[in-house]
Amino acid sequence: MAELCAVVGVGQTKHAACRADVSIAGLVREAVDRALADANITIADVDAIVIGKAPDSLEGVAMPELWLADALAAHGKPVFRVHTAGSVGGSTAIVAAQHVMAGIHGTVLTIGFEKQSDGNAMWALSVPIPFGMPVHAGAGGYFSPIVRGYIARSGAPKHIGAMVAVKDRTNACKNPYAHLHEPDWTLEKALETPMLWDPIRFIETCPSSDGAMALVLMSEERADKHAGRKAWVHATSMRSEPTAFAGREQVSPVAGEMCAADLWRKGGIKNPAEEIDVVEMYVPFAWFEPMWLENLGFAPRNEGWRWVEDGITEMGGSLPVNPSGGVLSSNPIGASGMLRFGEAAMQVMGKAGEHQIDGAKKAIGHAYGGGSQFFAMWLVSSTKP
Amino acid sequence: MSEADGLVRLRQPIGVTYNWSAGPNATSHLAGLIAGKFIGKRCPSCALVYFPPRNGVCPKCAKILAGDVEVGPKGTITTFCIVNVPFLGQKIKLPYVAAQILLDGADISMQHLIQECEAEDVRIGMRVEPVWKDKSEWGPSLENIQHFRPTGEPDRVMGTESGAS
Amino acid sequence: MALRDIAIVGTAQRPSEVNSTFTSVEILLPVIQQLLDKVGIERSDIGFWCHGSCDYMSGQPFSFVSAVDAIGAWPPIVESHVEADGALALYEAWVKIQTGEVDVALVFSNGKTTSGPIDQILSLQTDPYMVAPLKPGFDALAALQARACLDAGVVTERQMAEVASRSRRDANNNAIAFTKGNESVEELLAMPYTMNPLRAHDCATPVDGCNAVVLAAGDIARRLATRPAWIRGIDHRIDTQRLGARSMTESSSAAIAAQKAGVGKDRIDVAELHAPYTHQELLLRKAMGLSESTHINPSGGALVANPAMAAGLARFAEAAESIFAGSADRVLAHCTSGPMLQQNLVCVMEGE
Repeated sequence: MAELCAVVGVGQTKHAACRADVSIAGLVREAVDRALADANITIADVDAIVIGKAPDSLEGVAMPELWLADALAAHGKPVFRVHTAGSVGGSTAIVAAQHVMAGIHGTVLTIGFEKQSDGNAMWALSVPIPFGMPVHAGAGGYFSPIVRGYIARSGAPKHIGAMVAVKDRTNACKNPYAHLHEPDWTLEKALETPMLWDPIRFIETCPSSDGAMALVLMSEERADKHAGRKAWVHATSMRSEPTAFAGREQVSPVAGEMCAADLWRKGGIKNPAEEIDVVEMYVPFAWFEPMWLENLGFAPRNEGWRWVEDGITEMGGSLPVNPSGGVLSSNPIGASGMLRFGEAAMQVMGKAGEHQIDGAKKAIGHAYGGGSQFFAMWLVSSTKP
Repeated sequence: MSEADGLVRLRQPIGVTYNWSAGPNATSHLAGLIAGKFIGKRCPSCALVYFPPRNGVCPKCAKILAGDVEVGPKGTITTFCIVNVPFLGQKIKLPYVAAQILLDGADISMQHLIQECEAEDVRIGMRVEPVWKDKSEWGPSLENIQHFRPTGEPDRVMGTESGAS
Repeated sequence: MALRDIAIVGTAQRPSEVNSTFTSVEILLPVIQQLLDKVGIERSDIGFWCHGSCDYMSGQPFSFVSAVDAIGAWPPIVESHVEADGALALYEAWVKIQTGEVDVALVFSNGKTTSGPIDQILSLQTDPYMVAPLKPGFDALAALQARACLDAGVVTERQMAEVASRSRRDANNNAIAFTKGNESVEELLAMPYTMNPLRAHDCATPVDGCNAVVLAAGDIARRLATRPAWIRGIDHRIDTQRLGARSMTESSSAAIAAQKAGVGKDRIDVAELHAPYTHQELLLRKAMGLSESTHINPSGGALVANPAMAAGLARFAEAAESIFAGSADRVLAHCTSGPMLQQNLVCVMEGE
């Protein structure tokens, strides 16, 4: 029977296109120091460190957690590195939580980061495979045909993506750490922005960011003695499937559906739309919001776009999605998943400041990566399960 | 080097050279391209045909693909996008269409370019055929095909319009 | 909370080769299938898959994603990946089984080490501002450490040659090994330095390889193996990387990890140490307090076959096999990462 695990501290950097003011170590410590302060502990209190980030060619440092051992005062401690593509921020938090749940460590510091301005992100994300046909369309070019498939299948009107984008960018204005602060978006203006990979528009696309997120996790025994608000981890879930195989369902991948179903079952959630107060989901291209609402089991198939249109996912709606501004407003790849997990924790801890959803008791963090094939989720709550 | 607020930023290019092997299970596929043909491979377990035979393995069954199957040359667009983003080093004129094409006889689509028609005329279900580069430029690569173009045949109704393979 | 009893119940390794023309996936798939057949289970019996590899080694970001094709991730599976040796992937799997969420895990690792300049790639692990721009090679960093050890009298060149001679001889009995030989210590000492004070045979042979093991808990392990290799203790620690900020003549992280894993509690029959350089084997033996009666690297060790990112898991496989075979009752498996034995994982296993 696993131990209980709680998030007792959260810290993140000011995400930006280029954090030229800090080294990689400085970027990581900015988030770490804030998390430690939030948890009211010192770095000496940390028993183990679990770090996640995306491909190392984004910064040009191989296995940087080794070099960062000094910056993290990790001498004599365990340091563990997770890498599961875009979902890494989420899976890292899960691996860290498992160290606590297994009873191995009582206080675990977990970090997700990316300083992708140090390298060339577009190159790093699309290094051509020899003998193949490079169409140079990047991530947008990979996902937009899938979005087209969703629009065709669901009959969604064309403005839904732009609605999500305006919502997330507006929400981000209430998040001091978000990369993009763009307060003047309207749906009309959004629909005038150019199509980048039709049907995905400029505004519906995530930025490339430098940033880091850090969480302090504690065992129940320590958390109970810890004065301060906590986010109890009720359940975690991960699922993966191959990138491409004949007959693969690309719009609503089965691995995503199974990951969510597993989370609901473990967390005792019978009706997600009713029981979950806030959702932080991984939406790098705006149309993924309606698609993931269906994939995660909130909205019925082909109905996700109606929930967007009806304002259900706005901050004032009955199921706020990405009050932090989401990946659409900040995307340091290695951190993005942990930003979702951490923001969910902040919501139930009541620490989300201006973008706090009042009375949030149960929240989920969701991350995905690869060709929509790696999924990681957690369910957190202000009370123990 | 550049300086801002007293900080120095130093650009350090890192060049690493690798030997990359397509693997023996890609041989017939690549040899096919050199000869101007589309050769896919069949999974011995589920019998589905993969073109290209990624890694030489059926990802569903975890079996080495066996049995060459000639596919195409024509195919059907299963989904696509219109690219408007200038990419570093790009040679293709904007906007261009990147499409998933299900070649006749294959069970998984492949990605390539669509040209010789207006971007807004491209449709799911459109029939297309390859336009090969000059034979003198052929090598073991899908780049032997310059692009795909519409055949003018009636559209095919796709089973799932999900953007799936 | 009491820890669950978890054991290695089966292993599979691909014989080492160089300049392999197979893809990583083509190398991996038969090893996984072989392991499943050996243990007598199906893919669907695996509750968790965990993979260790390094993108930089293959020259492709997200290169590990293609490995998912080798394991048959359909229907969807629970899997994870570490940007590190498979031994660390084993640690993650062990942790996962400890939570009770799963009972059986398959851990695998692969490295086509010879497809790229491994010496350059591994040295990209160093401080990107102060050290990496000097372009130190990984062998050169090890040589610096060897020089410090020799000057301090902690090791001798003769001892290093003894490690090499023994390892190359033992490799003759190991189908997985690549470098084999029968040279005497004198013959080896007579060879020229390739990177003073290291000679060619003091450095591990980079090879292409992959391997996999199955972990299982409690009675399931007893059902799957006649003599499971029970993990009695496992721990990993890291040292500062800063050259000059720590002693190069010892490995404190290896010492701590060994102590936490319970190495000193009883005799160790066989120790499979991941030592890509001969002097490092000597340092590790000292750090872990291994006695003269412990048989070190009967497989030949990483020195005779070093598939980067898989050499550590190979030590686990070899150590576990000696328990399966009944030739050892209490064994140690070790994995290192980073320059100069910076990070170390130690595991103690026992037959019941």
